[in-house]
Amino acid sequence: MREAAARALAFDLAGALKDAGLVAGIVVLLTIALVGFRTQDASGGAALSYRFEDVFAVAALAFLGRLAVALLRAHRPRPVLGASVLFALALTALLLHGAETRLLPFASAPFNWTIAIAAWTLSARAAWLLWHSASELSAEARDALMDRIGARVQRSAGFLGPLLLVAAVTLPFLPWADRRLLDIATLVLTYILLGWGLNIVVGLAGLLDLGYVAFYAVGAYSYALLALYFDLGFWTCLPLAGILAAFAGILLGFPVLRLRGDYLAIVTLGFGEIIRIILLNWYEFTRGPDGLSGIPRPTFFGLPITRTPPEDGHSFHSFFGLEYSPIDRVIFLYYLALALALITNFVTLRIRKLPVGRAWEALREDEIACRSLGVHPRNTKLTAFALGAMFGGFGGSFFATRQGFVSPESFTFLESAIILAIVVLGGMGSQIGVVLAAILLIGLPEVFRELNQYRMLAFGMAMVAIMVWRPRGLLAHRDPTVRLSDHGPPR
Amino acid sequence: MNPLLSVEHLTMRFGGLVAVDDVSFDAPARRITAIIGPNGAGKTTLFNCLTGFYSPSAGRMTLRHPARGEFLLERMEAYAIPAKAGVARTFQNIRLFPGMSLLENLLVAQHNVLMRASGYTVGALLGMGRYAQAERRAVDRARYWLERVRLVDRADANAGNLPYGDQRRLEIVRAMCAEPVLLCLDEPAAGLNPRESAELNELLAFIRDEHRVTLLLIEHDMSVVMSISDHVVVLDYGRKISEGTPAAVRSDAAVIRAYLGEEDEAAPGRP
Repeated sequence: MREAAARALAFDLAGALKDAGLVAGIVVLLTIALVGFRTQDASGGAALSYRFEDVFAVAALAFLGRLAVALLRAHRPRPVLGASVLFALALTALLLHGAETRLLPFASAPFNWTIAIAAWTLSARAAWLLWHSASELSAEARDALMDRIGARVQRSAGFLGPLLLVAAVTLPFLPWADRRLLDIATLVLTYILLGWGLNIVVGLAGLLDLGYVAFYAVGAYSYALLALYFDLGFWTCLPLAGILAAFAGILLGFPVLRLRGDYLAIVTLGFGEIIRIILLNWYEFTRGPDGLSGIPRPTFFGLPITRTPPEDGHSFHSFFGLEYSPIDRVIFLYYLALALALITNFVTLRIRKLPVGRAWEALREDEIACRSLGVHPRNTKLTAFALGAMFGGFGGSFFATRQGFVSPESFTFLESAIILAIVVLGGMGSQIGVVLAAILLIGLPEVFRELNQYRMLAFGMAMVAIMVWRPRGLLAHRDPTVRLSDHGPPR
Repeated sequence: MNPLLSVEHLTMRFGGLVAVDDVSFDAPARRITAIIGPNGAGKTTLFNCLTGFYSPSAGRMTLRHPARGEFLLERMEAYAIPAKAGVARTFQNIRLFPGMSLLENLLVAQHNVLMRASGYTVGALLGMGRYAQAERRAVDRARYWLERVRLVDRADANAGNLPYGDQRRLEIVRAMCAEPVLLCLDEPAAGLNPRESAELNELLAFIRDEHRVTLLLIEHDMSVVMSISDHVVVLDYGRKISEGTPAAVRSDAAVIRAYLGEEDEAAPGRP
């Protein structure tokens, strides 16, 4: 018996080398055209340059990585640990010292960092195997573990929420909070707001909406047009934009909400495009592709946040007798986004515990059963659609006032896809999951802007990885909205 | 006494197929009426017409609500039939809200009452009204029914994780939480073992006697039909072939023919 087991675990070096060679060959085939050649600007047109050393580096790394994985699979962590730690250490040291680029596998630093991180991951995996010899976690065990983590996070929302809130409120005053960090945080908050809004529609009511960006656009253009044509201020326009977006949601929802699943998804996708194309082509009203500029900035209860106060009054800093600092407005916008997001969260959490919220979730679970219990399916869905659209409209208004400029280009399908990805990755219906996913999907790519176009590649890979490991989203744990134990004995 | 439900000349056609063909019967108030018949006799189609999931091709269905007056069910939309006329139903293949807790399942059944109490959400969102009180009453009602089917210990667990027999009973008490006057059960005993089946009989008799609800049930299990129903309607190929007390129906030649087939004329000597 033991011999058989030993033989089963025996390492087939020749096989592993062959396999690794095959993988390296495939990598060469895949990358030679994409990586190996490069067109460059030259006098009188484009010229071809060659980067075969990069192809070679990629293939060599694939070969080594595949070999390491094969060794780990056969429970031979020792050589992998040694080699990968050495490699990772060397690479990290070189990178940190900014050494001669010739020694590094790639010319661009982000790639080298990716490789270093991969090497560290391999080392960690090998070390884990060495200490927990042969205690491989099965897929179910891993799933159960993640479920428990999800449940624990959800349970601890009681103190995690306030903790996050305190962190969010104090962020602008932290020593390392520069303009760039605040801008990224504001962007993340905008997406959290949008994610929470869409979560009502997709997560709670189970209506797959691929055109959420339409409501974002309606909100943004409502504010921009109202402000430019009627000279209304931000605080008047914000509720109006929300109402207009909710109205757009009802207009769309009325005819299409009898459709289910895929069909609804297609119609909403179309609606998103229709709105964008209307904005693009109705030149006299929306100024089409030129966009609308000069959108007024928000005021602090009527006090503009500008360097020079208006002639007949005060600006924010002169009213409070403060020194003007250009970061004031960034901080103000950050708090504005935070406040809007918190309102969304509060309303959603509250409504989830009300009968209409339960009816949304029941509709997601079984629409026919709902009808048999006297729940009006269309009206209930419409409320979800309208409310989700309203928060989308708030997000849009905020976007318009922050940018000072809107054009149809900001409201493409990609925006819808990203917001939907935030909801799905976070775990449908999970509020804190949306926060996590927004930080992961919006915050990290912004931080790693140097990766340029490879950002989207990493984004896609992260999505695939999460969908493989956590098909129901990061935190897909649902707590009941009401517990019998909370209600005590009957009276 | 007037029957609670009168079905007159009900016909349901799907293209060329006549699933229910000119069926008329009465369901007496506070009695259990069983609808039986071989597979494909049109029983579930009849239920779907009654509860608004199909709109019948012809016929009239009158429900006489003791408190709210008469309703013509064929003119009402599916969601309005439980909400206004007080007709609740269960399904042949159980339709719970599997991802929600037992208690939540029973609260969704009280949706319309709670919606009014919450001021159609706006009131409760602004902290007005007496929503907390209404919710407490709803929870108490849910607790009452959960205790009745001995599921109160699992009130906060997901409905999808219940064993099959418990899911059946939960679906019945969920329908009862909607406070119906007519409860339509589509094969409530399907897949139950004899002990569960006996418990079901007890529950149905309790609903009829203590809550004064009229029951209409489709059933294949003859032990259930014969032991608890007060009135039996037999359908075959969409037509009503017999109606009466269980004992009368059992000895009806037409019923025996429908269930067992024509007697073979080539073997006349058999008893």
